Amino acid sequence: MSIDEVVAELRDGMTIGIGGWGPRRKPMAFVRAILRSDLTDLTLVSWGGADVGLLVRAGKVRKLVYAFVSLDTVPLEPNFQRARQAGTIPEVVELDEGMFQTGLRAAAQRLPFLPMRAGLGSDVLVNNPWIETVTSPYADPDGRHEELVAVPALHLDVALVHLNRADRHGNATYLGPDPYFDDLFAMAAERTFLSVEQVVDTAGLTVETPVQRLLLSRMLVTGVVETPNGAHFTTCTPDYERDEKFQQTYAAAAGGSDSEWAAFEARFLAGDEDAYQAAVREFAEEA
Amino acid sequence: MVSTSSADNGRSATRAEVCAAAIADAFKDDGEIFASPMGMLPMLGVRLAKLTSNPDLVISDGESLFLAGTPPLFAKAEVVEGWIPFRRVFDVVAHGKRHVMMGATQVDRHGNQNISAVGDFAQPTRQLLGSRGAPGNTVNNRTSYWVPKHSPRVFVERVDIVTGVGPQLAKEAGPGAARYNDIHRVVSNLAVFDVRGAGDTLRLLSVHPGVTLDEVREATGFELEADDVPTTRAPTTEELVIIREVLDPRKLREREVPT
Repeated sequence: MSIDEVVAELRDGMTIGIGGWGPRRKPMAFVRAILRSDLTDLTLVSWGGADVGLLVRAGKVRKLVYAFVSLDTVPLEPNFQRARQAGTIPEVVELDEGMFQTGLRAAAQRLPFLPMRAGLGSDVLVNNPWIETVTSPYADPDGRHEELVAVPALHLDVALVHLNRADRHGNATYLGPDPYFDDLFAMAAERTFLSVEQVVDTAGLTVETPVQRLLLSRMLVTGVVETPNGAHFTTCTPDYERDEKFQQTYAAAAGGSDSEWAAFEARFLAGDEDAYQAAVREFAEEA
Repeated sequence: MVSTSSADNGRSATRAEVCAAAIADAFKDDGEIFASPMGMLPMLGVRLAKLTSNPDLVISDGESLFLAGTPPLFAKAEVVEGWIPFRRVFDVVAHGKRHVMMGATQVDRHGNQNISAVGDFAQPTRQLLGSRGAPGNTVNNRTSYWVPKHSPRVFVERVDIVTGVGPQLAKEAGPGAARYNDIHRVVSNLAVFDVRGAGDTLRLLSVHPGVTLDEVREATGFELEADDVPTTRAPTTEELVIIREVLDPRKLREREVPT
């Protein structure tokens, strides 16, 4: 598949989960393709980084489900911060980051909810009054029945994830230090589209890397796209690390005036993925 | 990098070094658990504890590796002793063998913390990180807070949004929340607190050398329960050598807490 063929499978109003973690191994080529599309009213489910910042800035998001949005070296994501302070995201669901995993797990296991302590006593339950608690049917050692959060399943229409290598069938491996939760996103979703740095033969997947790194099975993956540098400017260890210089430029434009953001968009986001990568190469050579 | 000069060690401790030792003390009785510092001074304090009062602490690179040794701040580890990707962090949180020291944009009289947003949640005046893991941390494992700039804007009567749950709110939420709620210390650039004041409130444990009780009161946005408060201990000579020559020869600590 191509990036644009994947995005053609998406519809207005869909719930889309975006893999990776904050500024790490995000499927940015897919995100950029959504920016170019006329998709709207999306529900976004993400441990957020610039994926969230870009899509809320572009007005693509009707509802955002997140636990944080951060670029790490730039702790506060300027586009997200601006959108929240201007009230331009119609609906937000802020969860504890472990609740977020539990919600995906519930969806992955086709359960309506899973119980958890996280959220109890905090304003997560105040700001999301639709999230209920459940009383344990079992007594604790003191004879009490604990009340726990019934973390609702986070069902996804589509999951978008980026890994290092895959075969053309969708068997995929990560080569960096952390799988993040891309397998969980895939199981919580009706369909998963995968971008990778490189498509290899199936036999090639385990030539230089242990079998335990095979995170995704083809039975969970609908389509595969090869997008070299497709996670840019987030990490895709060991293929590349975060492009800190680019991230600084992004953050400065996002936090700057409307004309500064327009200039960033015109330079990097106006064309297709090839144009983006060419603009990034040119940016790197300016250093 | 090699340290500047051993003559430094003759000098009395800076405020940042006092804070590092106070943070180390927060971890000294934890035993063999995962010490999770968020931010630079907490990282320095945890590593100082590991090299002095609590060598059993398990530390990570903040990404996905448990480090066998105790490398200087932001240095690469020589030996890795385990794998702790984010999914396993959540497992350890629920399991409980962890002490996290988080930041706090606001912390209130009852030991509640806010890192989500300032103002009204629906449309905040200042959007911050989001809840991150604070709600889960505070009802599952020991949690402390580090505040590098103690002020009435940080130490408030009531946080705008409760992300980290203090003992009173945990009790109100029932035994499912209170059983493992353990807010241990709040360390600032001026003082050290716990949450064992009357009615589950912040209680002043010590005031740093060179700081007066009145200064702490003025920098705190609520009435402090405090009388006859001792002075935070100065770091030992051994601790100063470890901080200055081993863990932080580039004096990164002084940027976070200027002398």
